[in-house]
Amino acid sequence: MKVATKAYGLIDVDERQRITFPDGLYGFEGLKEYVLLDAQQQPFYWLQSLDSEQVAFILIDPFLFRPDYELDVSDEELLAIGLARPQDALVFAIITIPPTGAPMTANLQGPLVINRENHLGKQVVLTDPRWKTKHDILAELEMTRKAPC
Amino acid sequence: MLILSRKVNEKIMIGTDISISVIEIRGDQVKLGVEAPAAVKVYRQEVFDAIMRENRAAAESAPALPTIPLTKPEDTRGDKNHS
Repeated sequence: MKVATKAYGLIDVDERQRITFPDGLYGFEGLKEYVLLDAQQQPFYWLQSLDSEQVAFILIDPFLFRPDYELDVSDEELLAIGLARPQDALVFAIITIPPTGAPMTANLQGPLVINRENHLGKQVVLTDPRWKTKHDILAELEMTRKAPC
Repeated sequence: MLILSRKVNEKIMIGTDISISVIEIRGDQVKLGVEAPAAVKVYRQEVFDAIMRENRAAAESAPALPTIPLTKPEDTRGDKNHS
Protein backbone atom coordinates (compact mmCIF):
# COMPACT_ATOMS: atom_id res chain seq x y z
CA MET A 1 0.00 0.00 0.00
CA LYS A 2 1.07 3.59 -0.63
CA VAL A 3 1.67 5.63 2.49
CA ALA A 4 2.33 9.37 2.75
CA THR A 5 5.14 9.64 5.29
CA LYS A 6 6.60 12.60 7.12
CA ALA A 7 10.16 11.36 6.67
CA TYR A 8 10.25 9.89 3.17
CA GLY A 9 7.24 11.27 1.27
CA LEU A 10 4.99 8.81 -0.56
CA ILE A 11 6.37 5.30 -0.25
CA ASP A 12 5.24 1.73 -0.73
CA VAL A 13 4.71 -0.12 2.56
CA ASP A 14 3.89 -3.78 3.12
CA GLU A 15 0.51 -4.38 4.73
CA ARG A 16 2.30 -6.51 7.33
CA GLN A 17 3.99 -3.40 8.74
CA ARG A 18 0.64 -2.03 9.81
CA ILE A 19 0.10 -1.61 13.56
CA THR A 20 -3.17 -0.69 15.25
CA PHE A 21 -3.20 1.13 18.58
CA PRO A 22 -6.82 0.64 19.72
CA ASP A 23 -6.47 3.44 22.31
CA GLY A 24 -4.12 5.61 20.25
CA LEU A 25 -1.15 7.24 21.99
CA TYR A 26 -1.52 9.72 24.87
CA GLY A 27 -2.30 13.09 23.35
CA PHE A 28 -3.05 11.39 20.02
CA GLU A 29 -6.03 9.29 21.05
CA GLY A 30 -7.80 9.80 17.72
CA LEU A 31 -4.98 8.31 15.64
CA LYS A 32 -5.08 4.54 15.82
CA GLU A 33 -3.61 3.25 12.56
CA TYR A 34 0.14 3.33 11.97
CA VAL A 35 2.89 1.64 10.01
CA LEU A 36 6.23 0.67 11.51
CA LEU A 37 9.13 1.48 9.20
CA ASP A 38 12.85 0.88 9.43
CA ALA A 39 14.47 4.29 9.36
CA GLN A 40 17.18 4.79 6.75
CA GLN A 41 19.49 5.34 9.67
CA GLN A 42 19.89 2.49 12.13
CA PRO A 43 18.96 1.76 14.87
CA PHE A 44 15.86 3.92 14.49
CA TYR A 45 12.33 3.18 13.37
CA TRP A 46 9.49 5.42 12.32
CA LEU A 47 5.95 4.94 13.56
CA GLN A 48 4.00 6.74 10.87
CA SER A 49 0.33 7.60 11.32
CA LEU A 50 -1.85 6.48 8.42
CA ASP A 51 -4.45 9.11 9.26
CA SER A 52 -2.15 12.11 9.46
CA GLU A 53 0.99 12.38 7.36
CA GLN A 54 2.48 14.96 9.71
CA VAL A 55 2.26 12.67 12.75
CA ALA A 56 5.20 10.31 12.95
CA PHE A 57 7.28 9.15 15.89
CA ILE A 58 10.90 8.09 15.94
CA LEU A 59 11.38 4.87 17.88
CA ILE A 60 14.32 2.95 19.29
CA ASP A 61 14.82 -0.37 21.01
CA PRO A 62 15.36 0.89 24.58
CA PHE A 63 17.50 -2.12 25.54
CA LEU A 64 20.14 -0.92 23.08
CA PHE A 65 21.21 1.91 25.33
CA ARG A 66 19.80 0.70 28.66
CA PRO A 67 20.52 -3.03 29.09
CA ASP A 68 19.05 -2.67 32.59
CA TYR A 69 15.69 -1.49 31.27
CA GLU A 70 12.67 -3.46 32.44
CA LEU A 71 8.93 -3.20 32.10
CA ASP A 72 6.56 -4.30 34.78
CA VAL A 73 3.16 -4.29 33.11
CA SER A 74 0.15 -6.14 34.47
CA ASP A 75 -1.13 -9.15 32.54
CA GLU A 76 -4.59 -7.59 32.37
CA GLU A 77 -3.22 -4.53 30.63
CA LEU A 78 -1.41 -6.64 28.05
CA LEU A 79 -4.47 -8.76 27.38
CA ALA A 80 -6.04 -5.60 25.91
CA ILE A 81 -3.76 -6.19 22.92
CA GLY A 82 -4.05 -9.97 23.16
CA LEU A 83 -0.54 -10.32 24.49
CA ALA A 84 -0.05 -13.35 26.71
CA ARG A 85 3.51 -14.47 25.93
CA PRO A 86 6.53 -12.20 26.49
CA GLN A 87 8.18 -13.53 23.32
CA ASP A 88 5.38 -11.97 21.24
CA ALA A 89 6.11 -8.50 22.59
CA LEU A 90 8.05 -5.83 20.78
CA VAL A 91 9.08 -2.91 22.98
CA PHE A 92 9.97 0.53 21.70
CA ALA A 93 10.76 3.87 23.30
CA ILE A 94 9.63 7.06 21.60
CA ILE A 95 12.42 9.50 20.85
CA THR A 96 12.33 13.26 21.01
CA ILE A 97 14.84 15.24 18.98
CA PRO A 98 14.31 18.85 20.01
CA PRO A 99 14.47 21.27 17.06
CA THR A 100 16.62 23.49 19.32
CA GLY A 101 19.56 21.11 19.05
CA ALA A 102 19.22 19.95 22.67
CA PRO A 103 20.15 16.27 23.23
CA MET A 104 17.96 13.56 21.80
CA THR A 105 15.97 11.81 24.53
CA ALA A 106 13.99 8.60 24.86
CA ASN A 107 10.78 8.19 26.83
CA LEU A 108 11.27 5.12 29.00
CA GLN A 109 8.28 5.86 31.23
CA GLY A 110 5.72 5.52 28.45
CA PRO A 111 7.03 2.78 26.14
CA LEU A 112 5.11 1.20 23.29
CA VAL A 113 4.35 -2.50 23.49
CA ILE A 114 3.39 -4.21 20.24
CA ASN A 115 2.03 -7.72 19.87
CA ARG A 116 3.96 -9.03 16.88
CA GLU A 117 1.39 -11.76 16.24
CA ASN A 118 -1.72 -9.61 15.81
CA HIS A 119 -0.03 -6.21 15.23
CA LEU A 120 -1.88 -4.50 18.06
CA GLY A 121 -0.03 -1.93 20.12
CA LYS A 122 -0.40 0.02 23.32
CA GLN A 123 1.42 2.80 25.11
CA VAL A 124 1.89 1.72 28.70
CA VAL A 125 2.73 3.89 31.69
CA LEU A 126 5.36 2.54 34.06
CA THR A 127 5.36 3.37 37.75
CA ASP A 128 9.01 2.46 38.45
CA PRO A 129 10.65 5.79 39.38
CA ARG A 130 13.82 4.84 37.48
CA TRP A 131 12.09 5.41 34.15
CA LYS A 132 11.46 9.00 33.08
CA THR A 133 10.05 10.67 30.01
CA LYS A 134 13.44 12.10 29.03
CA HIS A 135 16.53 9.89 29.01
CA ASP A 136 19.56 11.37 27.27
CA ILE A 137 20.45 8.44 25.00
CA LEU A 138 24.03 9.36 24.16
CA ALA A 139 24.92 10.25 27.77
CA GLU A 140 23.45 7.00 29.11
CA LEU A 141 25.10 4.95 26.41
CA GLU A 142 28.39 6.46 27.49
CA MET A 143 27.65 5.53 31.12
CA THR A 144 26.81 1.95 30.13
CA ARG A 145 30.15 1.66 28.38
CA LYS A 146 32.08 2.95 31.36
CA ALA A 147 30.31 0.60 33.78
CA PRO A 148 32.39 -2.48 34.60
CA CYS A 149 31.17 -5.66 32.96
CA MET B 1 -18.91 14.91 39.25
CA LEU B 2 -19.35 14.08 42.90
CA ILE B 3 -17.96 16.58 45.37
CA LEU B 4 -17.82 15.69 49.03
CA SER B 5 -15.76 16.44 52.10
CA ARG B 6 -13.95 13.98 54.33
CA LYS B 7 -12.03 14.26 57.58
CA VAL B 8 -8.74 12.61 58.45
CA ASN B 9 -9.07 8.81 58.67
CA GLU B 10 -12.32 8.83 56.73
CA LYS B 11 -12.64 6.96 53.47
CA ILE B 12 -14.51 6.98 50.24
CA MET B 13 -15.30 3.78 48.40
CA ILE B 14 -15.31 3.53 44.61
CA GLY B 15 -17.35 0.47 43.79
CA THR B 16 -16.76 -2.32 46.27
CA ASP B 17 -13.02 -2.90 45.90
CA ILE B 18 -11.41 0.53 45.69
CA SER B 19 -11.03 2.74 48.72
CA ILE B 20 -9.37 6.10 49.21
CA SER B 21 -8.61 7.26 52.71
CA VAL B 22 -7.43 10.61 53.95
CA ILE B 23 -4.32 9.86 55.99
CA GLU B 24 -3.06 13.32 56.82
CA ILE B 25 -3.79 16.97 56.06
CA ARG B 26 -1.00 19.48 56.42
CA GLY B 27 -1.42 22.98 55.00
CA ASP B 28 -2.37 22.66 51.35
CA GLN B 29 -1.24 19.05 51.11
CA VAL B 30 -3.32 15.93 51.60
CA LYS B 31 -1.84 12.50 52.04
CA LEU B 32 -4.14 9.85 50.60
CA GLY B 33 -4.11 6.08 50.87
CA VAL B 34 -5.41 4.21 47.86
CA GLU B 35 -6.36 0.56 48.09
CA ALA B 36 -7.27 -1.06 44.80
CA PRO B 37 -6.94 -4.42 43.09
CA ALA B 38 -3.64 -4.93 41.24
CA ALA B 39 -5.41 -4.69 37.88
CA VAL B 40 -6.48 -1.11 38.62
CA LYS B 41 -3.77 1.34 37.68
CA VAL B 42 -3.34 4.29 40.01
CA TYR B 43 -1.23 7.22 38.79
CA ARG B 44 -0.71 10.81 39.65
CA GLN B 45 -2.32 13.02 37.02
CA GLU B 46 1.10 14.57 36.29
CA VAL B 47 2.42 11.25 35.00
CA PHE B 48 -0.20 11.18 32.26
CA ASP B 49 0.34 14.86 31.52
CA ALA B 50 4.10 14.31 31.22
CA ILE B 51 3.67 11.42 28.80
CA MET B 52 1.17 13.37 26.74
CA ARG B 53 3.53 16.36 26.60
CA GLU B 54 6.44 14.12 25.67
CA ASN B 55 4.45 12.47 22.86
CA ARG B 56 3.59 15.89 21.47
CA ALA B 57 7.23 16.99 21.68
CA ALA B 58 8.32 13.72 20.04
CA ALA B 59 5.95 14.32 17.14
CA GLU B 60 7.67 17.69 16.61
CA SER B 61 11.12 16.10 16.46
CA ALA B 62 13.61 17.26 13.89
CA PRO B 63 13.40 14.62 11.12
CA ALA B 64 17.19 14.45 10.75
CA LEU B 65 18.21 11.37 12.72
CA PRO B 66 21.50 11.58 14.57
CA THR B 67 24.16 8.91 14.60
CA ILE B 68 24.38 6.64 17.63
CA PRO B 69 27.81 5.16 18.22
CA LEU B 70 26.67 1.59 18.77
CA THR B 71 29.59 -0.77 18.50
CA LYS B 72 29.20 -4.51 18.65
CA PRO B 73 31.80 -6.91 20.04
CA GLU B 74 32.54 -8.08 16.46
CA ASP B 75 33.67 -4.57 15.56
CA THR B 76 36.33 -4.65 18.25
CA ARG B 77 37.64 -7.98 16.99
CA GLY B 78 37.74 -6.51 13.48
CA ASP B 79 39.95 -3.70 14.73
CA LYS B 80 42.37 -6.12 16.34
CA ASN B 81 42.70 -8.16 13.14
CA HIS B 82 43.37 -5.00 11.24
CA SER B 83 46.32 -3.92 13.42
